[in-house]
Amino acid sequence: MIFNKDSWKEIFDTIKKNKLRTFLSGFTVALGILIFIILFGLGNGLQSSFSMFFTDDQVNTIRIYPSTTTVPYRGYESNRRIKFTNDDVKKIKENFKEKIEDIVIRNSYYTQFSYKQRANSYRVRAVSPGHKEAEKTIIMKGRYLHEGDILNKKKHVVIGRLVEEDLFQKENGLGKYIHENGNSWRVVGVFQDEGGDREERNLYVPYTTEQRIRNNDEVDQMIVIYDKKMSYKQSLILENELDAYVKNMKIISPKDNRGIYLSNTGEEQENSRQFASVLQIIISFIGIGTLVAGVIGISNIMVFVVKERTKEIGIRKAIGASPRSIISMILQESIFITMISGYAGLVIAILILNSIGDSLMEKYFISSPYIETSNAIWATIILIFFGALAGYLPARKAAKIKPIVALRDK
Amino acid sequence: MIEINELNKSYPIGQGSLHVLKGINLKINEGELVAIMGSSGSGKSTLLNIIGMLDNYDSGSYKLDNVPIKDLDETKAAKYRNKFLGFVFQSFNLINYKTALENIALPLYYQGISRAERQKTAIEYLEKVGLADWAEHLPSELSGGQKQRIAIARALASQPKVLLADEPTGALDSTTSEEVMDLIKQINREGKTILVVTHEQDIANMCKRIITLKDGIIMTDVKTK
Repeated sequence: MIFNKDSWKEIFDTIKKNKLRTFLSGFTVALGILIFIILFGLGNGLQSSFSMFFTDDQVNTIRIYPSTTTVPYRGYESNRRIKFTNDDVKKIKENFKEKIEDIVIRNSYYTQFSYKQRANSYRVRAVSPGHKEAEKTIIMKGRYLHEGDILNKKKHVVIGRLVEEDLFQKENGLGKYIHENGNSWRVVGVFQDEGGDREERNLYVPYTTEQRIRNNDEVDQMIVIYDKKMSYKQSLILENELDAYVKNMKIISPKDNRGIYLSNTGEEQENSRQFASVLQIIISFIGIGTLVAGVIGISNIMVFVVKERTKEIGIRKAIGASPRSIISMILQESIFITMISGYAGLVIAILILNSIGDSLMEKYFISSPYIETSNAIWATIILIFFGALAGYLPARKAAKIKPIVALRDK
Repeated sequence: MIEINELNKSYPIGQGSLHVLKGINLKINEGELVAIMGSSGSGKSTLLNIIGMLDNYDSGSYKLDNVPIKDLDETKAAKYRNKFLGFVFQSFNLINYKTALENIALPLYYQGISRAERQKTAIEYLEKVGLADWAEHLPSELSGGQKQRIAIARALASQPKVLLADEPTGALDSTTSEEVMDLIKQINREGKTILVVTHEQDIANMCKRIITLKDGIIMTDVKTK
């Protein structure tokens, strides 16, 4: 029956001559698919831009900043400025060597750099080589700072993409010297950073060179990189241990919340992970909700279609149609319409998603919305299946009605 | 052709039931043109529906062309209706989105006849009822008399043993009624057995035999002329 050419001809005839009905049911299906795919796709886009924001820096780090004490302790008055030194870093490294991979040093200051006639003020970060990983700096040209630069206190500098644009314009900055307060720095690398323009206006120099120029051994900020495999809870424990150790080392009251300041990026990651899972639930909810609404819409249309055809079904039965042929007629027709329009909705929706691209990034933080092909196809199959089921139930009922009842004039 | 013995039928109404046919005995031979008369509630439509396998009966027996008809499931009933019977209804019951020709060809579709053959037979019957020029018209573009003639052509197309007409002129004016009855008489002359249910005496008078029902039993059964 399904592959009978003649019965298909009969169905096409019916479809062709009942354009409004065909349009209504087809439109419902196409719209259902379309809305599902677009909402789901936008949700995915939102999620991917979200995860992009939060992966700029390395996530398994604890930053330790020095601050000012607020509690008197062991003969020291409060309001004492805490300063870290190279020795402190060494001690911490030694004490926690089991748990941490590296401690990156970062001292920041602003200064003016010039090349030929051009000059501009930039933020300089005097760092140890591990900083590259911690900040996820991407080298475009040349190289990053290495241990040799640190040991030999070289006046080497790695400049941001925008710094090179500013100072060198069309020229290649690599190997050239830029000047600051009587010091000349040789450009050994150019980098880019996904963190944005601000990041790409930085310069990186060896922290030892900077310390020599300033004639001290101070450290502003320590970035402790711990084992990636550590869970969020374990990282919290490490954070507490570091806090206690450093406070003890710098003679700060354990009750003082201010003397030093610690920030764990694992926490950020944990927050973003929670937020992402909430987002995922919302997106799934929207997706399922649209699908259910689509199924209800199609069911309504199918019930209405069969109701409208009750008399026709009675006539067909009176002139010899079997219940089976009635059911298969209605089913084949509805499956045919839902498949064609479901496919149309699918294609249109994917075209729309692709055309959106990154245009919603600025305002709505939605980057290149997409849907997995398998999800799109499943949604279409579900709609077609429920469309068919929604048609089958009333069709079976209608096929069972005695023609005499179906033909009764209202 | 039709043999009915002690046929009983009742409908449940609320707690009790309404006894509509109370022991009908009836024999109709091949080639007869029979009118079944009676006021509304007499049971005439119920009798026709049972003969037309559109309805079941409670007790008694009914044979159509020597085939016992009893408790058929819908699939079997559909097959028998298609093979044995042609229906003409008061309200025509044409499928409104199909043309005159397609309506006539539809019973043949359910007989599994090829498209070309269906087309040919349908045109034949369209000519027979004198509406060859109206083949491509939709029912909404036809007059009442034309619609009923299309319905008759459709009923005949499957070459049934018996033609059942339920108030075929009920929705028509007297001139058109006469034309439709002339067509029915002509088909009868060609040998078809025809049952006409009517409540109009002049329509009944055009038939060869008149059976009058009252309160579920046959009151009179007379041959005209």
